[in-house]
Amino acid sequence: MALSTEEGNRLAGLLTGHAERVMQRWTEIVAASLRGRLSQGELRRQVQELHSSMITAGEQGAVDLDSEQATELRAVLSELSRGRARQGFSASETAVSVFALKEVLLELMEDEDGPHTLRDYVAFSGLIDQMGLFTFESFVRTRESLIADQAEQLLELSTPVVKLWEGVVAVPLVGTLDSARAQVVMERLLQTLVDTGSPYAIIDITGVPAVDTQVAQHILKTVVAARLMGADCIISGIRPQIAQTIVALGIEFGDIATKASLADALRHVLRLTGVETGRRQRREA
Amino acid sequence: MTAGVDLGQPQAQAIRSDEDVVRVRQLVRTVSVAVKLSLVDQTKVVTAASELARNTLVYGGGGMVEVATVDNGRRRGVRIVFADSGPGIVDLDLALTDGYTTGGGLGLGLSGARRLVDEFDIQTAVGEGTRITVTKWSR
Repeated sequence: MALSTEEGNRLAGLLTGHAERVMQRWTEIVAASLRGRLSQGELRRQVQELHSSMITAGEQGAVDLDSEQATELRAVLSELSRGRARQGFSASETAVSVFALKEVLLELMEDEDGPHTLRDYVAFSGLIDQMGLFTFESFVRTRESLIADQAEQLLELSTPVVKLWEGVVAVPLVGTLDSARAQVVMERLLQTLVDTGSPYAIIDITGVPAVDTQVAQHILKTVVAARLMGADCIISGIRPQIAQTIVALGIEFGDIATKASLADALRHVLRLTGVETGRRQRREA
Repeated sequence: MTAGVDLGQPQAQAIRSDEDVVRVRQLVRTVSVAVKLSLVDQTKVVTAASELARNTLVYGGGGMVEVATVDNGRRRGVRIVFADSGPGIVDLDLALTDGYTTGGGLGLGLSGARRLVDEFDIQTAVGEGTRITVTKWSR
């Protein structure tokens, strides 16, 4: 719904003429909906910004939110949505900050009885609806980018390569091993093998809920790549249900050593490297 | 195929991306736990669902999955239907051969999934798509 130039001017006039009352009521209504989760000062500042940018837009003859004159208003609205999204408010709580203005305007215009009052109110409401929707969309965009950031951070977090012993590194895999993560795991592992000069790597899949052919293929490729670099790989954390599933699927790990637990894998490697394990030392003593 | 009576509402899930394959896995796991499949059977049916969902995505160009609980009077189970309207499978026997793949995988997905479930039914026609129904019964 578009505003005519006169309507825009009247809106600006209304907001300027009753500036203090508008901001007061607006802040009150928003504060009630947010239940004190945002400080009065902060809220007041946001309402002030919105208020003044709406006046600017109205005075410059903005006909709707997409017009050039409303650039500042759009910027203020996106800033508001971004802030709310990052502070953990819901989309409705964000949009209500804009929609509250309708109630304020209704209270103001009830007292007036001009020839344009009803028409004006409908037109103003249309603009506020646009603003509300715009806020909603910016909110969703901010959330989406937050989620994308977190997914990326998770990818980084969940694939550590740890040094277990001199010459032994391990990759504890947790969660779903899709192609993107498999790539990260392989790169990290190969780099760590070079950096530490380790001849042994243990890939632990205790935390992988299901091993299907794709997961198996990713693991096999990682093992082959590590072998090409002269390192031996052991796969550990194969639980009974995973073992039975792998057999039924027909996946063959060939001559790759596999162990039930990470401890078994480490013991296996230590034996290969000739390190005496505690148990054996005790027996000999 | 054994006649089974559906219990509750079947759950549908679209497959359009890799994330949807993960969702299918989680859905199948939830239903499998609900019908009290053993841990081994849960893992088997979840893995089979993962294979078939990925086939639906990669070869069928995406499609739909429906997960339902079934009851034949003595045992309960999970029934999963994978449907796509992709190119279909030209040579079904060849596709079900271990190690045969057109996509660079291990070639064990379809044949392996058949071994992981109790009932496996596949209907396909070239140019019309593929519909696979699998069932896993509790012991």
